[in-house]
Formats: sequence, structure tokens, C-alpha cells
Amino acid sequence: MTEVVATNETILVVGGGISGMTAALEAAETGKQVVLVEKRPYLGGRVSQLYKYFPKLCFPTCGLEINQRRAKMNPNLRVLTMAEVTDIKGEKGNYTASVKLSPRYINENCTACGECEKAVAAEFDDEYNYGLGKRKGAYLPYHMAHPQRYVLDPAIIGTDDAQKAKDACKYDAVDLGMTEETLDFPCGAVIWATGWRPYDAAKIQPYGYDRIANVITSVEFERMADPSGPTGGKLVRPSDGKEAKKVAFIQCAGSRDRNYLLHCSRICCMASLKQCTYVSDAYGEDADISVYYIDIRAIDRFEDFYQKVKGIEQVKFIKSKPAAVVADKDGNPVVHGVDTEGYKRFEDTHDLVVLAIGMEPSVDQDDFPVDIRINREGFIEAGPQGANDHGGVFAAGCASDALDVNRAVQHATGAALRAIQTINGAAGVEG
Amino acid sequence: MADEKKFAGYICTGCGIGERLDAGQLETTAKQDGKLAEVKQHQMLCSKEAVRMIRDDIANQGITHLMIAACSRRAKVEAFNFPEVALSRANLREGVIWLRPQTSEEHDDNQETTQEMADDYIRMACAEVKYMTAPAASGEQALNKTLLVVGGGVTGMTAAVEAATAGYPVHLVAEEAKLGGVWTDLYQRVPFRAAAKDVPHGRDLDLPQPEDPGIEALAAEIETNDKISVHLNAKVTKTSGAPGRFSVDIGTESGGATTENVGTENVGAIIQASDYKPFDANRLPEFAYGKTPDVVTGFELEKLAKEAAGGPIKRPSDGKEIQSVAFIQCAGQRSEKEGHLPYCSGFCCTESIKQAMYFKAQNADCDATILFDDLRTPGAAGEDFYRSAQQAMVTFSKGKASEVAANGGLKVKFKDLILDEDTELDCDLVVLATGQVPNVGPDPYAQLAVEEAEDEEEKAKAQAILENAPPSILNLDYRQGTDLPQLKHGFVDSHFICFPYETRRTGIYAAGPVRRPMDMKQAVEDAAGATMKAIQAVENAGQGRAVHPRVGDLSYPSFRKEGCTQCKRCTVECPFGAINEDEEKYPLFNESRCRRCGTCMGACPVRVISFENYSIDTVGQQLKNVEIPDEFEEKPRILALACENDAYPALDMAAQAANSGAELELTPWARVIPVRCLGSVSLSWITDALNSGYDGIVLMGCRRDDDYQCHFVRGSAIAAERLSKVGDTLQSLNLEPERVAVYEVAITDTKRAPQLINDMAETVEKIGMSPFKF
Repeated sequence: MTEVVATNETILVVGGGISGMTAALEAAETGKQVVLVEKRPYLGGRVSQLYKYFPKLCFPTCGLEINQRRAKMNPNLRVLTMAEVTDIKGEKGNYTASVKLSPRYINENCTACGECEKAVAAEFDDEYNYGLGKRKGAYLPYHMAHPQRYVLDPAIIGTDDAQKAKDACKYDAVDLGMTEETLDFPCGAVIWATGWRPYDAAKIQPYGYDRIANVITSVEFERMADPSGPTGGKLVRPSDGKEAKKVAFIQCAGSRDRNYLLHCSRICCMASLKQCTYVSDAYGEDADISVYYIDIRAIDRFEDFYQKVKGIEQVKFIKSKPAAVVADKDGNPVVHGVDTEGYKRFEDTHDLVVLAIGMEPSVDQDDFPVDIRINREGFIEAGPQGANDHGGVFAAGCASDALDVNRAVQHATGAALRAIQTINGAAGVEG
Repeated sequence: MADEKKFAGYICTGCGIGERLDAGQLETTAKQDGKLAEVKQHQMLCSKEAVRMIRDDIANQGITHLMIAACSRRAKVEAFNFPEVALSRANLREGVIWLRPQTSEEHDDNQETTQEMADDYIRMACAEVKYMTAPAASGEQALNKTLLVVGGGVTGMTAAVEAATAGYPVHLVAEEAKLGGVWTDLYQRVPFRAAAKDVPHGRDLDLPQPEDPGIEALAAEIETNDKISVHLNAKVTKTSGAPGRFSVDIGTESGGATTENVGTENVGAIIQASDYKPFDANRLPEFAYGKTPDVVTGFELEKLAKEAAGGPIKRPSDGKEIQSVAFIQCAGQRSEKEGHLPYCSGFCCTESIKQAMYFKAQNADCDATILFDDLRTPGAAGEDFYRSAQQAMVTFSKGKASEVAANGGLKVKFKDLILDEDTELDCDLVVLATGQVPNVGPDPYAQLAVEEAEDEEEKAKAQAILENAPPSILNLDYRQGTDLPQLKHGFVDSHFICFPYETRRTGIYAAGPVRRPMDMKQAVEDAAGATMKAIQAVENAGQGRAVHPRVGDLSYPSFRKEGCTQCKRCTVECPFGAINEDEEKYPLFNESRCRRCGTCMGACPVRVISFENYSIDTVGQQLKNVEIPDEFEEKPRILALACENDAYPALDMAAQAANSGAELELTPWARVIPVRCLGSVSLSWITDALNSGYDGIVLMGCRRDDDYQCHFVRGSAIAAERLSKVGDTLQSLNLEPERVAVYEVAITDTKRAPQLINDMAETVEKIGMSPFKF
């Protein structure tokens, strides 16, 4: 049985992406007891699936290394992976959280030696790579996964592979008898950092994501650009593996649209500008990049980066919300629309179309465990003046709005403070 | 037990170590060469049972120094956590067996060199731990929970309230006679919220409207809060000390220029919320600003709206009720023109939308046109507010204004970007959406530049820059200058995406538009974040613990005064300005300002600076204890010093990939030592290594240009500069310059990092072995 030591001075953080990790670490490094609950088998969330950050073009794993080290070293932090909060009862300063733990079938004896992975045969779609590649049934979710511990896919349980994995382990780390557990523990404040998911691109019917192999999403493109990703960092067409040199980025794919997401997802302009550099770095003068946009929202200091990308000769910007993408007989995606600067009709053939996909909050509007203010876009609203009117439950990061990493971390740091205020208030801590 | 050192070594034979290596030999090496009295082997050292054995040994035998030979220091950190002892780890798994190929299980042709590599790592770890002591807090400062907030605007006020709510007392220093700062004239604010959940998707009822700015309420809250002491008309005239023990002189303006010191406060941490200054619109003559009072900035419009208080807004020139208004976005912004702001101020689109709605709310027939290039209203609240203005029939025109002509009425000339034609618009009032200029003091590096100038011309140039700098805000009594370091465009501090509060002056956090142009909602959130970090800095300083990125580190630099030559390198190079100079010009370390990167140690030419567990010796003795085979054995030795945050993990991950079947390997000649930062690398290590017969040296640090990735900010850059002089050393030893290579390596360089070391092996093969083998 998993045990969690917690009191009503414990802070519960729901979600172990960059926002949740930040909130948890900031609070724990201030001396507070924190339990961090993450649904995936590892921490880092969507940030771990990015190749580079805008605007510095630095690597998310660099900061993740620091955050993981912080997590490993901190005695105040308890991390539960493959865990989901199912209920929160009680009130500010005195909650009881219920957490469901899914079986990992690998216990903490695991040394990540990799023998189980070598022993098993069956392969599955690799969710870390958005299904662009395959992984084994015994796997480390990705090369920097923390906890550095393998996972058995539930689908291999009861098959020969499960036994093979068990037999291959010299450290008694494979536990096929593991079952789902439910834990109840107290906490005084809750930080809700469940992040976001890419909008379902198939719903944007005119763009043909579900029909045209060479129409992909920006998150998939990110995996493709990563040298440790499914294509080894090669920017290629999914249909035939040919180099994708002529690439179209369609902005606001799902965002700022009454049919899909009402809000502006904020990150997509900058993400596409960043991805323009991937194409230009890969193919130099042979690159041919088109960005179809409504407004380029390279806000504040990001403007520098917009100017930098504008300066790349191979990148052109077309003010247009394209009407449709169709495939020609060779499988090339053809973007149709009107350039609204001068109202010119276009019909442009590309090797690959990347949909700058919108950000949908991972907040369950209809079944949120406590009474909280959620806006129509599905984000959790703060109360007036940034204070809260939700008792001791606070949103952090993209659960509160469409935010880039920097702003999400800022927001999460503030959320950690709100949780501490709640705990200190309840405990009567005086300055 | 306190003074007596007792050493023990533990060798793990799990994860293939026992199969690939001769563990008995490793044990012998640890005992004979490593001089460890006690060495144990275990087939799974990270198991609960083995960890208990180590704990028992520490408790029962009084072990003070521990050598663990197992996996990488990045793996099983939780298991091998013995804070009470000095600990070194020999990386036999990732560092040796995973990166070294085995030709066959029965007979491995590489066995000899792989074993030698492992034996060396044992020697190195034994040598390292011998020169370490377990760090303990110095007790240099106690817990001081009081915070100083500089700036009486929304950002500063919010920070003060947030801190007080968490139980931390605050001194709030505001330059103005009342709270509100640059935000005082705000009539209403851009709404913080999006449309509510029950608003139908396709319909736009209840869209967010301009809100009460909340400034008076906030000021009133502060006045009644007994945890907050407000100092009005006041400035910080001197800040000295360090987190946990800052001493702050507060002065008030009395009769113009003279500042009277009204008190000295001791605070634990500081928040600089000095907000922004409105851009000077006099730099926009093309828009007739200053020629007619009917061209105003967005800031000035707020005043007019506040005065109108919901009634008709009057034209300044003649008091006529305004029937048409044009907003020129990006006025003097996103422009490379001299005197303009190259950046986007990020708040003007929603500000203009809000102001257009002032007119529409008062008179629906008033024409309000916003001329924009890119309308930037991100997020849910932003986009809904944009919709709200569209619903209110505000006109949005994608157009670029070139001129405002004032002849009776106003005529805005612009290029309509949609119709692709030059056109014009008549209106009663023009509002220029001008930008935010960060309200900062002089950049400390501008101050240091004067001192560091290499010739008179450079000095004069540096001096001129400094003379045009604004007055100081914090008046830090720091060796490296009076204020927070600046980024591009003058905004202060953190350049890190993952770590927006990673200040370069420990315990001093910037919040709000002084950090980045931003709107009020973001400033309020930012104030909470900065307050969080300030509270954390206070709590950690009280325990002598480092803050980010070496969180919790208790080690701190000490120096041998008798050896110091007062060369000032450490005080100049510290990326955090942590070191002052005392009255005798010796370095004065401030533990709680220090981030423990070791750049001072690397800077010191006479090697007098060290940390308890990281010193010239802990690394120097490692490289000296590597066995250097003589020239004729043709087994070169390559020293690789790798940044522990990027290059070293890259090598680890290369090893992991190799173990999973990737074709990656590391030359058996390599001996890798992780360093806290390349900035901590002492030239003496390079000289020692060359003198002891190493054939090549590879140094791997982080990217160091404007988009630097060094988490100690300047460490990597400083190292590169320092190492550029290594050529002289090589020349004096009559060695080829190719023997030392410095690279920028990222954590993603899993293929490249081992390749760079392998390349050095090839270079050595070409140019031959070092003649310095004894």
C-alpha cells in the first residue's frame, strides 16, 4: 500500500507539468509540505515534449534538469505519479483529497537498467511522441523521465511479455500483482495545475487533419524536430518520408473561432515563428515557409523574435485565415484562401502543413471537485484583485488561461504564495 | 567524532557493473590507491537493505566520508542521500559500462581499457571525498521576515498586501505623495476575466467590460493593514547587506533636492516594483503631439476620462464634446527609428480597446477607430474583451498611420493595409497608444564597464553611457553597482524561460512592468510571484541555504586571506555581485547573496577560494589521481570538465541511449569530471593536467551569447574569456593549441557531447601523445 504523510498544513498540487512542478517546488523550498499528484508516469508534462523554447531557442530539458534535481533533493516534496485526484472534500484549511493510483507494475526497486524493455516484444503507439513512433510494453516514457523508473503497459499484463519482463528483472522491481489504489489524505490548500491539451485537430474539418497525412499539428512537429524524437530530428512528410522543405503554418487552428475555441491560445504565433527556424535551420536556402495568420501576437519583448524571423528570407507572412486544405494527386497539401491584404485569392501547394493548434484547458468544467469560477473557455478565473473566492483552491498556469511557459511559471509561483497564505492563515503563523 | 575523518567506500555490482568489470579489482583500487580502510560490495546498492547498511555504518562506525561507486550522481539521488557526511560518487554505470561497448560477453576486447576507466573513476572519487567536508550552515544571518517593497504602484501595493497576507511584515517605499504610482490616473482598468461559463458559445452576452481599477481600494487596504508600514515621498538611499540581513536607509524628499534620512530598516528580502515610465510622446512630432492638445497619449486620455467621470469626454483644445476619436496603435513602438521603442509594450491594444469603449459607453454614436497592425489581445480574457469592443461597434482598421495633420480638426493619414491604399481619417481627438519604458536605475555592468575599460577611449564611452543613466532606485552598496542588472531594452533581470524570477541579485526580485512590459492583470500576478520568491529567500537565508539553482546547498565560499593578492577578479566576476570589498580591499563574501556556482573560485589566480565540498583540491586531486600510462603504452588520457547541469546530463543520456541500443560510445581515454559551472574552472586545473601528462582537455559549458543558457548567467561566458588565455600556457609548455578545446554544449547534445571528446582522442592520435608523462 502506498502511504502519504500529510496534515491540514500540507499543500496538494494537482498536475506535474511545468506549472505544477514550479508551484510544488516553490512551496516546498519555502519549508511547506507538498504532495504533487501527476497523471502521467513522469513529471514535466507538455514542456518535456517540446524541442525548443521561444524566443531563446533554448531547450526545455535544461530547465527540467534543474527542476528534477530540485524535486529529487527536497524532503518536503512527495511526488505521486500515475495518480489522479478524484475528489476534494472539506473547506479551506481542512480538505480531504482522494487520489486514484493506477498500477505501474514496477516498484521503486527499479534501477532503470533497461533489461525488461529488452525482454518484451509487443509495441505500442508512443504517447510521448503523440503516436508518431512506437515504444515497447515495458518502457521508460522518455529519456529524461523522472522518476527514472520503467512502466509496464497495462495491455501486456496477463500476456507472455509481462512474465518476460518480470523474469528479466534482477531487482525484483516488476510487480505484476499491483492493482489500482485509492488514497485519502488531508491537505489545507490545493493548487490546480492540470495544464492543457492540444485542441482536437480533426474537428477543424476544412483543414483535413484526419484525411491528409501531410497535415500535422504543431505539437507533432515539435516531436519531429527533436533529434531524440521519432524521426531523429528530420523534418519529413508523414506520407512518404520525403524532406518537408515547403512548409505552411496555419495560425489560429481552432483558436479565435466561434466554431472551435473562442479564445486566443497565445502561444501559437510564437510557436510557429520558432518552428519557422526549425525549417530554415534544416534546409537553409531550400526552405520555403509560409505563415498564414490573422494577427501575429508576438507580444512585448517577443517582438524581437518576430523581427528576427521576419528577417529570414525564406519565411513569408500572409494575412489570411485559410479556407481549406486539400490534397492534390501526389498527396501534397494545397492551402486555399484569400490574402486579406489586398484581397488576393491564393492556392498554394506545400510539402507539409502544420496547424498551429489551439490550447484547450484540461479542466473539467462540469465535474470540478469544488465550487470554483470557470469561464466559458474552460479556464479557472481568479477572484477580484487576484485574490481568491474559491476557499483554498487556486489555479496555476494554463488551468487559468492560455499562457506561455514563462507566464505559466510566473503564475504558478504566485499560486504557491496563495496556498502558503492559506496554510499560514489557518495555522495562525505570525510575522 | 567531529574532527576525526573516517572513510568508507561502497561499490555496487548491479546493473551489469559486476558482469562487465572486475569488482574485486575495483575494491583493491579503492583500498590501495584510494586509501579507504573499509570498502564493501553490494549487488544492489540502491536497495533499501543496502542503504540501511550504509546508514548503520555511518551511525555505528562514525563514517564521515563516503565514496559510492555505482550509477551517475544524477541517478538514485533519493537513495544515496546522506546529508550528514561528505559524499562522492564514481559513475561506473552511465560513465563507464554504458558508454563503453563490449565486443562479446565471452571475450571483451575492450575489457582492459574499460576496467582502467572504472579504476580511475574509483581513484578520482576517493581523492575527491578526501578533500571534502560536509557543509554546514554558517549562521551568518538569522530569520528576518520583513520585506522591503520599492514602488507604490499597483505592483508594489499588491506585493505588500500579498506578503502581509502570508504573515510577513512589509516596508513599502513610494516616491510619490500618495499610493498609486504611475497607475494613479487610471479611470477604469482592462477586465481581468473572460465571459462567464453560462454565456452561450455563439452569443456574446455578458462580455467583460472595463472595470473599476481597484487602486483606491488597494491603497485603503494598505493603510489599515498593520503589517505594512508605508513610507511616502520616500526613496531608498542605501541598501547594504544580504538576504536575511539587508539594511536599508530610507530618505524623504524635503524641499526639493535634499534627502533626509528618516530611518534605517532591517529587512530579509526586497521587491523592486518600480513599474514603468510613460514613453515621451514628444518624440512623435509626425503625429502632431505637442502641436495641438487634441493629440494625447493613452496615459493622458485616462486623466481626461477620469475628469469626465462617465460624462462626455471633452476635446482639450476647445471643450467640444468628442464625436470621433482615432487610436494609433504602436505609436513610437515596434519601430527601429531613433528614439522609438523597438519592443511591443503588450498592454496598449487592450488599453485602446478599453478607451474606445469609454467613448462608446458615453455616446454610442461617437466614432471610435483603432488603427492597428497586429491586434494583440491574447488569452481568454483578451479575446473576449476584443469581442466586447466589436459588440460596442468600435471600428478596427488594419492600417499604419504615417502622419496627423492639425488644421482646425485632425486628419490622420494612414495606409489601409486591407484595401492596400493610402487614405485618411478626420477626427476630433487622436490617442497615441504609446509604450512603457522600464523605470530602472543604472545597469551595474555599465558601472563596471568604466572600471574594466581597457583604454581611455573605452573608458570615456562607458562613462558617457553611465552619465545618461537614470538615478538609482535601490542604491545598493554592492561592489558591482547600485541596481539590478538589465536585459535588452533596459528591463531588469531574469532571462530564463523556466525561471522568470531568477534574479542576478539574490534576495532582490523585480516585479511588474520593470521586468517586462505588461498590463495590470499580469503585474498583479507578477507581484504575487515575486513576493513568493522574496519569502522563500528570507526563509532560506535564515537557514544558510542557497536559493535557486543550487537550492538548499549549505556550502559557501571561504578564502585564505594570507594568500590573497587583492586582484579583485572574484569581486568583479561573481555573476551575482555577491562579493564586496572590505576596507582593506580584501574580498568580503556574503553567504546569502552567493549562489554557489564557484565562479569566484575559478577566477582566483592564487587559488585561495574554496567551498567545503567543492574546491581547487576536490577537482585538482581527482585529475591528479588518474593513472597516466607512459608514452609507449599508447593510452592517452583526456580530461573532460563538464557542466553538471547540461553537458554532464547529456553524457548520461548518451549512455542511456547506448544501453538501449543506440550506436554511441565514449573513448576509453576520457575521464570526465562534472563541475558546478564552467565559470568555476580554475586555470590551475588545466595547467596541472597538462603538466601531469594528459594529452587533451575538453571543456563543456553552456551557451553564452545574448541567449545564454548558463544558469549562473555569466559563468560560462567568463570561463570562455578566461580560457582564451590558455593558449599562453600551452605555448609556455611547448604544447599544441589543439590539446585544449572549449565547447558550448546543450543538454540535448546526447550525440555531440561524447563525439566532442572522441574528436579530441582523434586529435591526440594525429598530433601525438603529450611529452609530459612521467
